[in-house]
Amino acid sequence: MIDFAFFLEIIPTLLSGLPMTVQLAAASISIGFVMALLLALAQQGNHRFVSWPIRTFVAVFRGTPLLVQIFLIYYGLGQFRPSLQDMGLWWLFREPYWCAIIALSLNTAAYGSEILRGAIKGVPHGLVEAATAFGMSRALTLRLVVLPLALRQAIPSYSNEIILMIKGTSLASIITLMEVTGIAQGLISQTYRAVEVFVAAGAIYLAINFTIISALNALEIWLTPYRARA
Amino acid sequence: MKIRHWAAITAAFSMLGFAGTTLAQEAPKAITIATEGAYAPWNFTTADGKLDGLEVELANDLCTRMKVQCTIIAQDWEGLIPSLKVGKFDVIMASMFITPKRLETIDFTQPYAVDPSGFAVAKDSELGKQGGSTEKFKVEDEATSAAAIEKLKHLLKGKVVGVQAATINLEFVKKYFADTVEIREYKTTEQHDLDLAAGRIDAIFTQQTALAATLAKPEFSSFTLAGPGFVGGLFGLGTGAGLRKEDTELKEMLNAAIDAAIADGTIKRISEKWVKTDVTPVK
Amino acid sequence: MMDVAHILGFGHGGWGAALLLASGVTLSLSVFGFLLGAAFGALAAAGRLSSRSIRSWLANAYGVVFRGIPDLLTIYLLYYGGSIALTQIGKFLGSTGFIGLPAFATGVLAIGIISGAYQAEVYRGAYQAVDRGQFDACMALGLSSLQSLRLVIVPQLMRHALPGLGNVWQLVLKDSALISVIGLVELMRQGQIGAGSTREPFVFYIAAGALYFVIAAVTGLFFRYSEARAWRGMVHA
Repeated sequence: MIDFAFFLEIIPTLLSGLPMTVQLAAASISIGFVMALLLALAQQGNHRFVSWPIRTFVAVFRGTPLLVQIFLIYYGLGQFRPSLQDMGLWWLFREPYWCAIIALSLNTAAYGSEILRGAIKGVPHGLVEAATAFGMSRALTLRLVVLPLALRQAIPSYSNEIILMIKGTSLASIITLMEVTGIAQGLISQTYRAVEVFVAAGAIYLAINFTIISALNALEIWLTPYRARA
Repeated sequence: MKIRHWAAITAAFSMLGFAGTTLAQEAPKAITIATEGAYAPWNFTTADGKLDGLEVELANDLCTRMKVQCTIIAQDWEGLIPSLKVGKFDVIMASMFITPKRLETIDFTQPYAVDPSGFAVAKDSELGKQGGSTEKFKVEDEATSAAAIEKLKHLLKGKVVGVQAATINLEFVKKYFADTVEIREYKTTEQHDLDLAAGRIDAIFTQQTALAATLAKPEFSSFTLAGPGFVGGLFGLGTGAGLRKEDTELKEMLNAAIDAAIADGTIKRISEKWVKTDVTPVK
Repeated sequence: MMDVAHILGFGHGGWGAALLLASGVTLSLSVFGFLLGAAFGALAAAGRLSSRSIRSWLANAYGVVFRGIPDLLTIYLLYYGGSIALTQIGKFLGSTGFIGLPAFATGVLAIGIISGAYQAEVYRGAYQAVDRGQFDACMALGLSSLQSLRLVIVPQLMRHALPGLGNVWQLVLKDSALISVIGLVELMRQGQIGAGSTREPFVFYIAAGALYFVIAAVTGLFFRYSEARAWRGMVHA
């Protein structure tokens, strides 16, 4: 049943979707990270009018499937073309590419902000007090003490989130983007050999994720030299 | 392992609700027919979850003629052929064209309908201003169809065309228009209809009867059928019921039922009811 | 735009009943998938904790593969591959027919396999969090290994596992939306059907999203309650 010649034939075709997969993942993970950091920081002040909308945003995006979010942002907002045009936003929502990036970024921002909020909370309070005792301003404490420790602490959870996002890009084929999964589906409709095609596509995702996990593990070890020494 | 164990495993499998369909070495008494359920007016789903449309009505008619118990189910378009092959159901009736490519994998009955494919665009677009034509071009008739395609290509230059993935319509657009238009692939035709209305794409390409049904809706009042319809060639012999190659007995039965439905005008009646035009294949 | 109340209502041509029914399918799909995943996860966790390298390698590979490939691919693979495999087994058993996995069973299996990979990590961590002294105490009392698991280890293990399991449950609930791609009419699929038939995608995706949100919130409460119960009589560290 295993036909290596067929695998060799389809892998280049599947790889032609890799740039799209990587672009979607890279863009949404970076945008999502910046948003997540801002959202986590904004909640530090404990202002109700700031944290309440953020909590709602996080709850909504964590409480609903990514598939629903993608559909809603793409087909749902597509119905509001005149209003979006008035707001000058239609160029953005017109393109499936941007809709996918928006949906993926918002989704990962919601999850990411919770990871970072937890990590910031995990920074020992004594360190912050020590920084204050040194006469460091709040901003300086944040930049030199809290964030470096929190970000390092967050790496394992955040690497899980990154893997989930890479897997999430496979949903973009549903809004006409031809990334690896979309191309896999096209190949199946031409060859009707579903198992082989999906195994090959799965191998591509595994390779990407394995690379990322290894890189993040290396980063974590590099950032925690004292642990390696122990 | 002892026989008893096998029996136990088999029993356990059936208890778990694994559906089995049988190979038709003899005339089947009950069959499962799959349709897409998202291609109005050929086949679609109503609010209470029932399947309806031309092909659903025709399927029931054919089953009565064959004196066979039929179950009609919905299945995603892309999964139709793979699922037929692995035996999830026995027959596909989902506006599927009989093409040489598909015949390599599955078998088809004789066509029960012939329906040209064409474009729909905004009325105020360059192509839209030309208006629709009732011309039909046979794709295998190179000389005449090439000229028609050339003309369309010119008018569609740089436009975005939405087509359903895994269809012959997509293959047609890819083969003849890929160098002048941008092609977007949709899971269902409903989705490309939504995007045409939203103005994300400039044109859609599918069967003209389906286009006519879409264009009849109020939100598509500023869109129109455009250019000629295409049949033959890549599009094959027309729309037929797909089935597994080994189910020869079932094929005979379906062919006889389709013959009868053509002969007594049933197909003409059903198609005029649903698609407002007669799609009966001409023998 | 059609009247939203009418579209989502329960009257003639209203989709309310269909959506609620589909929510039921989503919920049962998730529950069965999650329970099957608990079995797979427990097996895989036992494998990872095993001193035999083959078992531990297999369990590790299971986790890496099913957490590493998109769930959509796993679902498609099972949908097409599962039937082919079953038909082969059927032929081996002497059946001449095709055997197809129905969409619901495929969905449960897919969610079971995917969530099992995540649950394995949760169980492994929780097992390691149980105080070593408890194991020694079991030995000292002369309990068999099954007895000690059932009476001593698992009840304590669940305390540590519940928060993680709650997270996996939320993941499962959202993954169940992907089962829509194989044609099972669960909440997402019903939303798509409604969106396509009425050309009101916004209404339907919002409604589907809201129902997912409600299911997630209500079942989340259940997990929190279970956690409180598991810790009753204990002082939180």
